[in-house]
Amino acid sequence: MVKALVLTGYGINCEEETAFAFKKAGAEAEIVHINDLIENPSKLKEFRIFAFPGGFSYGDDTGSGNALASKIKSNIWNAMLEFIENENLVIGICNGFQVMANLGLVPGFKKNYGERKIALMHNDTARYECRWVQLKNFSKKCVFTKGIDTIRLPVAHGEGKFFAKKPVLEKLNRHEQIVFRYVLEECALANKKFPYNPNGALEDIAGICDETGRIFGLMSHPERNILFTQQDNWTMQKEILLRQGKELPKESAGMQIFRNAVEFFKK
Amino acid sequence: MVFLGLERIEVETLGDARSIVKKKKLVSMGFNIESVKLNDVYTIESDLDGAELLDCVKLLHNPVSQKAVLAKPIAPKSFDWCIEIGFLPGVTDNVGNTVSEIIRDFFNARGKTVSARVFYSQEIFLKGKLDEAQIKKISESMANPLIQRIQVKNKKIFLQEKGMDVIAPKVRLGQLPAIKEIDLSASDEELAKIGKFGILEKIGENGSEIRSGPLALDLDSMKTIKFFFEKLGRKPTDIELESIAQTWSEHCKHTIFAAELDEIKNGIFEECIKKATEIIRQKKGKKDFCVSVFADNSGAIRFGEEWLVTDKVETHNSPSALDPFGGAITGIVGVNRDAIGFGKAAKPVVNRYGFCFADPKSIKSLYKGKNKTGKMLSPEKIMLGVIEGVNAGGNCSGIPTPQGFMYFDERYEGKPLVFVGTIGLIPAKINEKNSHEKEAKPGNAIVMVGNRVGLDGIHGATFSSEALSSGSPATAVQIGDPITQKKLSDAIVKEARGLELFESITDNGAGGLSCSVAEMARESNGCIVELEKVPLKYSGMQPWQIWVSESQERMTLAVPKEKIEKFLGLMEKRGVEASIIGEFTGVGNCVVKSNGTTIMDIGLEFLHNGLPKKKLSAKTMPQNFSEPVFEEPNLASTLKEMLSRLNICSKEFVSAQYDYEVQGGSVLKPLQGKGMVNAEASAVKPVLDSEFCLGISQAVFPSYGDIDAYWMAACAIDSAIKNLVAIGAKPENIALLDNFCWCSSNEPERLWQLKKAAQACFDFAVAFETPFISGKDSMFNDFKGFDENNNPIKISVPPTLLISSLAQIENAENCVSLDAKFAGDLVFVLGETKNELGASEYYAHAGKKLAGKRFVGKNVPKVDSETAKKLYSALNMAIESRLVAGCLPIELGGIGIAIAKTCIAGELGAEIDVAKILGEKMRSDFVLFSESQSRFIVTINPANKAEFEKILKKQGCVFSEIGKIIFEKNLVINAIDSKQVLLPLEELKEAYKKTLRDY
Repeated sequence: MVKALVLTGYGINCEEETAFAFKKAGAEAEIVHINDLIENPSKLKEFRIFAFPGGFSYGDDTGSGNALASKIKSNIWNAMLEFIENENLVIGICNGFQVMANLGLVPGFKKNYGERKIALMHNDTARYECRWVQLKNFSKKCVFTKGIDTIRLPVAHGEGKFFAKKPVLEKLNRHEQIVFRYVLEECALANKKFPYNPNGALEDIAGICDETGRIFGLMSHPERNILFTQQDNWTMQKEILLRQGKELPKESAGMQIFRNAVEFFKK
Repeated sequence: MVFLGLERIEVETLGDARSIVKKKKLVSMGFNIESVKLNDVYTIESDLDGAELLDCVKLLHNPVSQKAVLAKPIAPKSFDWCIEIGFLPGVTDNVGNTVSEIIRDFFNARGKTVSARVFYSQEIFLKGKLDEAQIKKISESMANPLIQRIQVKNKKIFLQEKGMDVIAPKVRLGQLPAIKEIDLSASDEELAKIGKFGILEKIGENGSEIRSGPLALDLDSMKTIKFFFEKLGRKPTDIELESIAQTWSEHCKHTIFAAELDEIKNGIFEECIKKATEIIRQKKGKKDFCVSVFADNSGAIRFGEEWLVTDKVETHNSPSALDPFGGAITGIVGVNRDAIGFGKAAKPVVNRYGFCFADPKSIKSLYKGKNKTGKMLSPEKIMLGVIEGVNAGGNCSGIPTPQGFMYFDERYEGKPLVFVGTIGLIPAKINEKNSHEKEAKPGNAIVMVGNRVGLDGIHGATFSSEALSSGSPATAVQIGDPITQKKLSDAIVKEARGLELFESITDNGAGGLSCSVAEMARESNGCIVELEKVPLKYSGMQPWQIWVSESQERMTLAVPKEKIEKFLGLMEKRGVEASIIGEFTGVGNCVVKSNGTTIMDIGLEFLHNGLPKKKLSAKTMPQNFSEPVFEEPNLASTLKEMLSRLNICSKEFVSAQYDYEVQGGSVLKPLQGKGMVNAEASAVKPVLDSEFCLGISQAVFPSYGDIDAYWMAACAIDSAIKNLVAIGAKPENIALLDNFCWCSSNEPERLWQLKKAAQACFDFAVAFETPFISGKDSMFNDFKGFDENNNPIKISVPPTLLISSLAQIENAENCVSLDAKFAGDLVFVLGETKNELGASEYYAHAGKKLAGKRFVGKNVPKVDSETAKKLYSALNMAIESRLVAGCLPIELGGIGIAIAKTCIAGELGAEIDVAKILGEKMRSDFVLFSESQSRFIVTINPANKAEFEKILKKQGCVFSEIGKIIFEKNLVINAIDSKQVLLPLEELKEAYKKTLRDY
């Protein structure tokens, strides 16, 4: 069975539902405290998937993700690089994405990991926003989003406004590293329109991957949309299905992201 | 001694949204501002050299979006003023603490141990035509002088002095620790003074007495203490007196609820609340779902076969009035510990909130002192600060906040009410032992985990302004540190609990160690504490201060000797500070030592049961109410105005800033339908792989108490139940919590209201068979001070009873949301509409409009529990049979508001006939806005009509089909006089959303 490491500690708080999603997708998921990993970095060798879950590592102090990235870089950076070199998968969700941005795991141009090229800044509202958004997939490269065209997922963050300087942005576009963008309900680009683009992200960017497509970071939470009853519109869907005389499904769209990760190793 | 240098690192963020939003805010306040620029500032006191400090600069910014400089200001080219806001000494500085940790960690990983302490502040550069008075106003709007320091420089001085001053707000305490013996052989007058104002410390320069702060002990209690020590043949020490005061406080012993009140000999807690639960549990027999009630930090009920859910709702009113952010964040993070401190430690899985404020647009000023001294914060500042405090506390802790409410009344201007609740989850059995049972045993180590102890939170809200002079800490206000608590919570709940590393656990809340240790000592029957082992934030604290300090984020545990090493090792590995501070004993007393000297030795019996019982009597209030007389107004505009009322309008800006999705258990969200309407109840699934979910709701009707506190309580109970039935809960699965927030509880008239409300609690909890599992009271929510014209003023909150409800729902898929689903669906009203507009939103609105002052009226809504019970079980059956498409309980504003919300949420129209609504014959506005209880708006698929009606008829319920959902986006109301009112949906939505949208 494919093993997924789900990181915890210092204010990470989505580890249980993230592990639950990987288990549901058929992986063996283990929640590992960052200090245990620092004590024994070779533990990483047991795993094929590494997940940076959402949360509030170090309370977002000094900028979301910055402090935890600094801890990782000071203590287990080499093990991390080795993990990536072995063609494994890495996903960062919300605060996990912010950590990956500060670590320079994305965009990782030319597999040059470790340099900060992007920032996730304070939302335009300067406030924490918990909302459901519509995303459209623009990448054929990203392992995690195979088979997904559009998907509805919740966001919940105070600092999710994607920012990069022009040359970086151009490269991201050129190399098909932009995975998700925020779109309107009818799937046209949100064009920064609130609340469809909940944070003011540049070019409506909601998630990016590295050049290999194996390292993926996004602000929205796929692990919060894996069950039918988690969706924001499930009671409406339920009425539609009941009137059609159909059964209610158990799962929902976000499962695909975790399933893709597990399937990747079955080939 | 190592020389420590002091340097500033300033960080500028490009295109910072915080600056843009701040500018918008200041412009909206009427200031002439061209630009605002905000910098983050880290002042570092350390032994680092120049190169190492440059490493720190790198650590503290992201070069993609930020610029950082060491020891030099980063000022914008063009500005007129610079304001710097930092913390006062001793105030929790979370950012500063994190940065200290990052720096130490960074050098540690490189093999170097460094000493570094960091203080965080913000610089705000302003450009614009502003004079000094305006700048003063602006800086005051941004800071709270109780906890923050403000420094202002104009550009000229800023440049002359090369930036802002380098300031490290450190606590310096001059005194040496000492123990005082207190002479209680004094006169009654002096005894009363000690009880009221504290122990005499010294005589001030002008001959005034400086005392240690209120003990809140009345003369009776002081005399009881005096006799106790006379019998022992010695004087009490200051720590003994402080400790007794804490244990006997209203907050800990609920003296008013325990007091004899007229014919209620054993007090209203025993005879109205607890007794109701006992009767219900007996009646329920095998179906009794209560597991632990009124015994622990939270109450607990069964959740499925394998789990328990715990629930507790607290209030944090006084602290929130003074420092809204700090008060609210410590409130929410504090009540989380009531879950962690339940049984063998439950995991917090849901937060909820309830805020009672004055109109945020009110601009009257209140002062604590004469001559405009001690200005109170404005209602807007209190509202925004409280909302942000729960935001920071809940979101940072990773606990969802799917449910809450805001209620407005001008009488909350002096003191807001801030309710915060936490639901916990714990397996019913842990390693085959009942998880709700815990017992500290003689020989167990007393272990304190979490934060260190400081002067914060000593004597609650009673500090004097002297306590805030420079160099001395703000003792009464606290700021929560959710990350420290999250680490503690994870280590205890997710690791130590399963390993059975402790026997008992409790929260350090009110009274700090003096209460938590003394409380646990009852389990083993004694304790010895060695105070010098308690880790402190800074030196120089007096022993009694260490003992009673309410510094946040701490728990006390009883750890068996053989497991102590493993326990401490685990905590260290998880970055949680844990210290052995003593031992539980079995000899019957509470002993505290300081460096080997016994400074406290009191029998537990006296400490816990020694306080004299109070005897209170109530007196009826004069009652002369009458119904107002006024013409029926234009229905269309009235409905829109009603939708915009503070108590009815959308609270989306609050709901959407609280993460209601974290932990993945969200089922019914706080905002429902495409149109995002605030719901009265939510549902969550704390166990992801189970079908079970938990319905939660709250209800509060302070205005009804103006007519009759009995019906106020009855309506709150009915609504808390009805709201859960509306989403699909079985009435027989519902449990309740009570929170009494009263005022002037020494006045017999207020006690009469209290008695009436408590009697209704008994009557209706028993009638509905919904047990109380936990409760709390806060009895003196009054403000005494001065208005703008120096007139003395007392503002008392309206007696407010919050009823919170929770219920297990067996199948989450059966839950129903409130929004209209399809055009063609039929609209039903269930329940009877009566002439019950007394103290309603409608009367308040009409009065304000026609007479400039709210109409109260006389006909307060009443509850008929027998009729309601039949309706609730019929509706539940219909929902479980999947016959109901949408359901909304009818609350404030009546049917008119409920149908409007149904349409706004579903983004669909409706056509209804007022004449088809069953009940008393009345004019249309009364029918539409009556607040009669036990009613619902239900929408159903027309195909389900026969079956739906059959279920309701079988139970003999009052119900009627009043119209249908239509595709056209209009709400069409056919009034009784056969006039038709047509309201475009867009206008309704705008009316509903506009009031608080710009916050």
